[in-house]
Amino acid sequence: MFTKILIANRGEIACRIIKTAREMGIATVAVFSDADSSALHVKMADEAVYIGAAPSKESYLVVNKIIQAATETGAQAVHPGYGFLSENAEFCRQCAVHNITFIGPPIDAILAMGSKSAAKTIMANADVPLVPGYHGDDQNSALLKSEAEKMGYPVLLKAAAGGGGKGMRAVHCAEEFDQALIAAKREALSSFNDDLMLVEKYLLKPRHVEIQVFCDSHQNAVYLFERDCSVQRRHQKVIEEAPAPGMTLELRQKMGAAAIKAARAINYEGAGTVEFLLDSRGDFFFMEMNTRLQVEHPVTEMISGQDLVAWQLIVAAGQSLPCSQEQLKINGHAFEARIYAEDPDNDFLPATGRLSLLKPPSEGSYIRVDTGVVQGDEVSIYYDPMIAKLIVWGTTRAKALTRLTEALSKYRIAGVTTNIGFLYNLATSQAFRDGDVDTGFIQHHHDEIFRQRQQDLDYAAPLAASAIFNLRHDDATKIAKQSNEANSPWHLNNNWGRPMSVIRMEIQQNECVLSAESYADLSHSTIASKNDGFDLFTPEGFFHCRQLYPDLGVNNEDVDRDNLKAPMHGTLIALMVTAGATVKKGDTLVIMEAMKMEHTVIAPSDGVVTEFYFQAGSLVEADAELLSFEAFDL
Amino acid sequence: MSVINSKLNTNSKEFVTNTNAMQVKVDDLKTKLAHISKGGGIQSCERHVSRGKLLPRERVDGLLDAGSPFLELSALAAHDVYPEEVPAAGIITGIGRVSGQECVIVANDATVKGGSYYPLTVKKHLRAQAIAAENNLPCIYLVDSGGANLPRQDDVFPDREHFGRIFFNQANMSAQNIPQIAAVMGSCTAGGAYVPAMADESIIVREQGTIFLAGPPLVKAATGEVVTAEDLGGGEVHARISGVADHLANNDHHALDLVRKAISRLNRVKPINGDLKKAIDPVYASQEIYGIVPADSRKSYDVREIIARTVDGSDFDEFKALYGTTLVCGFAHIFGYPVGIVANNGILFGESAQKGAHFIELCAQRKIPLVFLQNITGFMVGKQSENDGIAKHGAKMVTAVATANVPKFTILIGGSFGAGNYGMCGRAYDPRFMFMWPNARISVMGGEQAAGVLAQVTRDKYERDGTDWSPEDEASFKQPIIENYEHQGHPYYASARLWDDGVIDPADTRMVLGLSISASHNRVIEDTKFGVFRM
Repeated sequence: MFTKILIANRGEIACRIIKTAREMGIATVAVFSDADSSALHVKMADEAVYIGAAPSKESYLVVNKIIQAATETGAQAVHPGYGFLSENAEFCRQCAVHNITFIGPPIDAILAMGSKSAAKTIMANADVPLVPGYHGDDQNSALLKSEAEKMGYPVLLKAAAGGGGKGMRAVHCAEEFDQALIAAKREALSSFNDDLMLVEKYLLKPRHVEIQVFCDSHQNAVYLFERDCSVQRRHQKVIEEAPAPGMTLELRQKMGAAAIKAARAINYEGAGTVEFLLDSRGDFFFMEMNTRLQVEHPVTEMISGQDLVAWQLIVAAGQSLPCSQEQLKINGHAFEARIYAEDPDNDFLPATGRLSLLKPPSEGSYIRVDTGVVQGDEVSIYYDPMIAKLIVWGTTRAKALTRLTEALSKYRIAGVTTNIGFLYNLATSQAFRDGDVDTGFIQHHHDEIFRQRQQDLDYAAPLAASAIFNLRHDDATKIAKQSNEANSPWHLNNNWGRPMSVIRMEIQQNECVLSAESYADLSHSTIASKNDGFDLFTPEGFFHCRQLYPDLGVNNEDVDRDNLKAPMHGTLIALMVTAGATVKKGDTLVIMEAMKMEHTVIAPSDGVVTEFYFQAGSLVEADAELLSFEAFDL
Repeated sequence: MSVINSKLNTNSKEFVTNTNAMQVKVDDLKTKLAHISKGGGIQSCERHVSRGKLLPRERVDGLLDAGSPFLELSALAAHDVYPEEVPAAGIITGIGRVSGQECVIVANDATVKGGSYYPLTVKKHLRAQAIAAENNLPCIYLVDSGGANLPRQDDVFPDREHFGRIFFNQANMSAQNIPQIAAVMGSCTAGGAYVPAMADESIIVREQGTIFLAGPPLVKAATGEVVTAEDLGGGEVHARISGVADHLANNDHHALDLVRKAISRLNRVKPINGDLKKAIDPVYASQEIYGIVPADSRKSYDVREIIARTVDGSDFDEFKALYGTTLVCGFAHIFGYPVGIVANNGILFGESAQKGAHFIELCAQRKIPLVFLQNITGFMVGKQSENDGIAKHGAKMVTAVATANVPKFTILIGGSFGAGNYGMCGRAYDPRFMFMWPNARISVMGGEQAAGVLAQVTRDKYERDGTDWSPEDEASFKQPIIENYEHQGHPYYASARLWDDGVIDPADTRMVLGLSISASHNRVIEDTKFGVFRM
């Protein structure tokens, strides 16, 4: 076994790997960028090596810096984690060149799975089921129909040149085929001037079910069951679980066997994941294979009782797999929810900021929180804004789910916008409780998850008002205690004599006016303060609430300065005028990029830009003054 | 600990009858107050709001610390006084907390006759200033008024307690370091222009507030100059050019925010007098007061039942409990503040008056504020009483009340008749605050007695003339007198004329007293120098 390994990663996965390495008596070397100099993974590791500037292209993705760090610290092996260099064949090769063990599969396996089309060919040859389809040029209707019958209905007719649903028809039986083909071709011709059609198996409510496989260098291969990762948004997994709801022993064995076949086809070693689409009839089809440890590996660990990182180290050290297939058993059910700094109400736009409050639910045998940040840390623009993974276990799916929702409602994060409320609403939705998941889950249940219903607002409003009263009460009590007349009735927070007093609030972006009489029992709800209000976790769901304060107007005197500050932390892309330029109100002065979006800073009035404080390309903090502006007198 | 042992039976028929009777009165009061709070009516309010202005009550609400109480004063002012309706006399006054500091707030209601000053508007404004001066409370004026009500100028302008007194008070309060802050949120014309000008700090709302001695029409008439209100005395003019205003606000909310900031910069610390205790709720529910006060005002009841529902823990240390028992005196706490309570439990006799004088002396010596629970038909009359010197005993009590230099608070819980009103700290005795219950009555004597006295005088005249006066004629003579006394003695009639600071729900007595007593502690209690007591 190794005595020292380097972890070529950051955040929660680096911390996760360090934990297991430490248990196994292996020393660890962390690497870090400018942004991570005091990050948790750096503190946890035995040694840490600085590898460059904050952008990952200048640090975590630079192969030779990692190799150098490993060589200099005498690390015998490198664990790449996930992302970054984990599926980078060149890195793998450089490790070999420098006689460092890459904790992962052989280069050939990475290369084989690196190209999706090549991977499909390999899988087809190895008899791993692929989504059936006809992609030929022969467009004879009878041939197309017979191809359809071969793959079995329903099928999907798709215009080869298509997009946006044009020239697309789902065909559910042979009788519908001819009619649908004519219609689809006609539509394709008029839309794309090309009626070449593809025929593909139409998957009904497909689910994303993946099999965790493990292979060693002694020809042993096992699968550690499946994970259902169907609940996704924009191809990013949201909540993963194991085992998959509704999975039968027979199907599991079939899928497990197929996954092992896939792994063997590329002479796999180490941890790998074979991703399948599973349709509602129990047919499954190969999508791709991930040649690394997955983000969601903890759910497999929770139900199998195995430490997959330990397995990786054992296999990488050339030892045999710790268990045989027969020794592996499923125990209970596990969920993982990914806690992200992002705004679900704003198309999941990543959020940044300082984690002024970070209070996860307390960990135990049933609740595990994998994280790489602590309270006070910054969620920066440089890396994936995942804050933590919340993993829970229960003897049954229902019990595990209850634990998940409870844990979510106890998760308190302030300082950045998070997806906790969204996760809570998702986890408590009836369809999710029923395990009725598929890859379209979030779309199908959008309204329930992004609650905007009046009855919900009616329910939440008094709770929110009560929450505000409680917060005010806390303030009032504090002030009363500090005063020299703690019992003065003037300290009371009861709106006495003020029947007109109302609270204006925004609940889930709906404006509400609440009277002082609004009151509800908060004992079953949790309030989590945030920078712009508070999150209310209730037995009926999650609500983001914000007290609306009156508009104080804009002082002419202040306009000039305020608008010329950076709207958010980001990169200054371009200065649109030169210093000294006379500009008109509304002219664009500066373009900034932050969170993959462009923001413009415009002239608040006619005036002169006297000086720019930054160059194009500079990184600027939110609210930093960008330029000096002198407005002309009105 | 001397917790009052209440003998009230809340299941008795009497309790239910009394409760129902009081409930009717309280409901009527609340309906009236709700109506008054709507200001000058829907149309007028809509026009006001359409100009981007907040309604005066919204202004007050926005000014106050979130959730904190507001002790409105004299909401019934001008009620049924003028031919036209003038809700709250067109001005909202009260005490509220702003930036942690108890302040007197005076807000013009421009929805009521343009916020113009009726005689009672002036009286109410001056009363609010008096409260500020007596209790050392900063004043905040939210100005939105066209100035004096011109048709009634003779009752508004010339006299000592008329319009000019407002500015006299501002100057003299400022001299005593009682801060004067004004926010001009609308018109502020002629004499009214001096409110911001005399203020220590003034705020004006851009394109909304105006300050000028004469408006554009008067300027045109006087000099022929044509000028817009904004150019004559708008926010920009006063904040940038004239210097009449110190801060320029963008809108009402901003103006209120600036007032709050101004108050937060006053560098004032509330002096606290005496030994404060932890506040404890009374043992008995305050709502039960409804069932204590007899539906028939001629019936008597034990005032200790009221005290038991007003003071902390219903804990009342009675003084001279066995002597002069028609006056109940004793020590208690309200919201932790020590108080001496003087409460009527029947007609005042010589002994009760002497006891009262003694107790007031004690409280003044110890700097304990006094609470008077007034329910008094008067001092005992008759030969024996006069021979025993009821006049000098009453005088002792009146002297004590008049000169005791501690904060005094008077609640009219029942009748307030004749010299009893004086001995029990009526309006003329400068209680810091005075409130009435809706069942209370105030007049020089009861209607029946007055009618009886006048009838007696009339009968004597008839008898001298040798003419007959039939009982029917006498009854029809007395009836309008009784009715008139009943009408003029009614709390609404009294409150409309500022004889008190407001009619309150009896169940709110503890809260109102607590807020008032606490507010009074903004001024240090000074030593008392009593007058000569006739022995």
